[in-house]
Amino acid sequence: MNDMRLTERAVTEKAKMSARKVQVYYGSNHALKDVDVDILDKTVTAFIGPSGCGKSTFLRCLNRMNDTVASARVEGKIEMDGHDIYDTRVDPVQLRAKVGMVFQKPNPFPKSIYDNVAYGPKIHGLTRSKAELDEVVETSLRKAALWNEVKDRLNAPGTGLSGGQQQRLCIARAVATGPEVLLMDEPCSALDPIATAQVEELIDELRSQFSVVIVTHSMQQAARVSQRTAFFHLGYLVEYGETGTIFTNPSDPRTESYITGRIG
Amino acid sequence: MSVGLLSLLLLGLAALGFGLGRQRAIASVNGDARGLHSLPQYYGSSVALFTAVPAFLLVLVWLIVQPVVIESTITGMILPEDIGDGSTRELVMSDVRRIAEGIDVLVANGATGDEIAALVADPVALKARLGDAGVALAADINPHVATASAAYRGEVAMGRTMMSVAALALAVAGFLFAALRVTPQFRARNVVESFIRVLLIGASSVAILTTIGIILSLVFESWHFFQIYPAKDFFFSLTWSPKFGGGSDLGIWPLLWGTLYVSFIGLLVAVPVGLMAAIYLSEYASPRVRSVAKPALEILAGIPSIVYGLFALMTVGPFLRDYFSQPLGLGESSSSVMTAGIVMGIMLIPYVSSLSDDIINAVPQALRDGSYGLGATQSETVKQVVFPAALPGIVGAVLMAASRAIGETMIVVLGAGAAAKLSLNPFEAMTTVTVKIVSQLTGDTEFASPETLVAFALGLTLFVFTLGLNILALYIVRKYREQYE
Repeated sequence: MNDMRLTERAVTEKAKMSARKVQVYYGSNHALKDVDVDILDKTVTAFIGPSGCGKSTFLRCLNRMNDTVASARVEGKIEMDGHDIYDTRVDPVQLRAKVGMVFQKPNPFPKSIYDNVAYGPKIHGLTRSKAELDEVVETSLRKAALWNEVKDRLNAPGTGLSGGQQQRLCIARAVATGPEVLLMDEPCSALDPIATAQVEELIDELRSQFSVVIVTHSMQQAARVSQRTAFFHLGYLVEYGETGTIFTNPSDPRTESYITGRIG
Repeated sequence: MSVGLLSLLLLGLAALGFGLGRQRAIASVNGDARGLHSLPQYYGSSVALFTAVPAFLLVLVWLIVQPVVIESTITGMILPEDIGDGSTRELVMSDVRRIAEGIDVLVANGATGDEIAALVADPVALKARLGDAGVALAADINPHVATASAAYRGEVAMGRTMMSVAALALAVAGFLFAALRVTPQFRARNVVESFIRVLLIGASSVAILTTIGIILSLVFESWHFFQIYPAKDFFFSLTWSPKFGGGSDLGIWPLLWGTLYVSFIGLLVAVPVGLMAAIYLSEYASPRVRSVAKPALEILAGIPSIVYGLFALMTVGPFLRDYFSQPLGLGESSSSVMTAGIVMGIMLIPYVSSLSDDIINAVPQALRDGSYGLGATQSETVKQVVFPAALPGIVGAVLMAASRAIGETMIVVLGAGAAAKLSLNPFEAMTTVTVKIVSQLTGDTEFASPETLVAFALGLTLFVFTLGLNILALYIVRKYREQYE
């Protein structure tokens, strides 16, 4: 699959984030078991697997969003650049500025397009002047391939955009805080094919600046956009490796069954 | 036949109709209910409804119309000279009714028809007999009035009989009509459901018609008031001094000012406290705290406002006077705008907090996640995302609280005093529109004087005010609610 793009799959082998023996419990439910993954720098990593397999749960461990769920408990070790992100000295709020997140459903704030993008830089004090903020907003919108569509109506409400535009606005919003890793939880599941294609193209461009982790139900999407793929099943990480290998020559029979549509 | 007995008969007939309709339906398909359009009980219900509903409606209409018709015929029997000085036709008519009731008592005590006829011909004896039976009359009975009473009695009795006959006939007709319609194809379920729909429409029209009735009565009496008191003085005069001897000044401004001032202070207390309580409860409180604190806060809403009034009178008023207004030299009275305003604010806290809490909870979790995902703290999220998203609803909640504050009476009577004044000093006693409505209408006063009728004009003004606020609140809530749906 996609053999022509194999050249593009050359990636740095430097791990940006690494997870070892991660366990997640929701109350008494053991949702994620013994997950070991290295997220490589400037790489798109796709998490695939059937619903309820734990891939979104694991994604939410990477920026400690599970902290906001009262019943969730995380064990094991997740490091970012060699520092444990679950260390008590780490402020989850600071962490989330470095590990941005885009959600399944576009969730623009009920503010103007400009204020949506400026939200992160403002709360983190990333800019010193209005001009600087304007610049951050513009570059973020450009990176999200939305600038040309909205540059004349930056003061219009973000909720008035179309679904695909809203999702790109959410990406711009996440990009504006200058993340080192961007987590995307099924970012295209609420979008039509054209908007999906735009977002996928965007993901490929964003890879030049930071790592992207994407959870997806579409195996074609995983094959199209990612260089690394992890397959989750029933809370276990079944297989993790180079995307081409996973899709063409998986070593685990469960991976093969899932990819060929026999389990899911 | 009495109305009670008639109702029982009609209900019995309806029950019979239910049984029969059901049975006929089952029989028509030889016991296999699957061949019917609707379930058997719908056939039964359709017969029962056709039996009872038209008959009961007839009884209802008859009971309303009959007295009117009888009054108009009997009134004709009373000649102008029968109406004494200082009396009116209405007073004579009420005598007629009273005597007729008295005769009913005599009949119940065993008087025969001949005896009654003799008594009617002899008013003096009639009065004596009525007195013996416990129906005392002040004046002697005029012969015309006596005959009118007898005629009245006769017509009432005849009307009753006719009503019973008509209602029963209608019930039987409905019964037969519906029973004959029972066939397997008959859409009994649809018929029953349309009856229910009419019932629902009826219930909602009762509410709407009552509102219209209230407005009309206010408008009507206010119109009377403006006939005898110039509207210009009412709306533009700055003094309120009703004198029951006449020559009063009935300017609405001092009252309106008091109302707005007290409400303003009330909202000044209720809005920040209520809002912050709502934010704590919906965003920060753990489920356990919330499950205790929310009902506890809502208990405040269940306290009758007179109890708040007592609290204002006994506790808050003296406290404010002793520790604030007297030391600061701002006033000597324990009744003040401040007292009433603060206590009213306490009363309004649960309204603001409960409504706002619901509105804040309705803000989608996705927005909060989006904000957390960008590295915002909980407080930044509340301040910059949740609160702005909930703001339209919160404004609506505040306006609802405002219209309650404007209509509040008891707290103001006991807390703010009764002096109509235009003053900026919040430690002075003032009064509000509602309080003056009460005081103008209580006591022995002539009902046609401007001093009394002004109450209706005040009521109408207040109504227009709160209606405007409520419409504004609904408009705001509706206009901005679409944003995140």
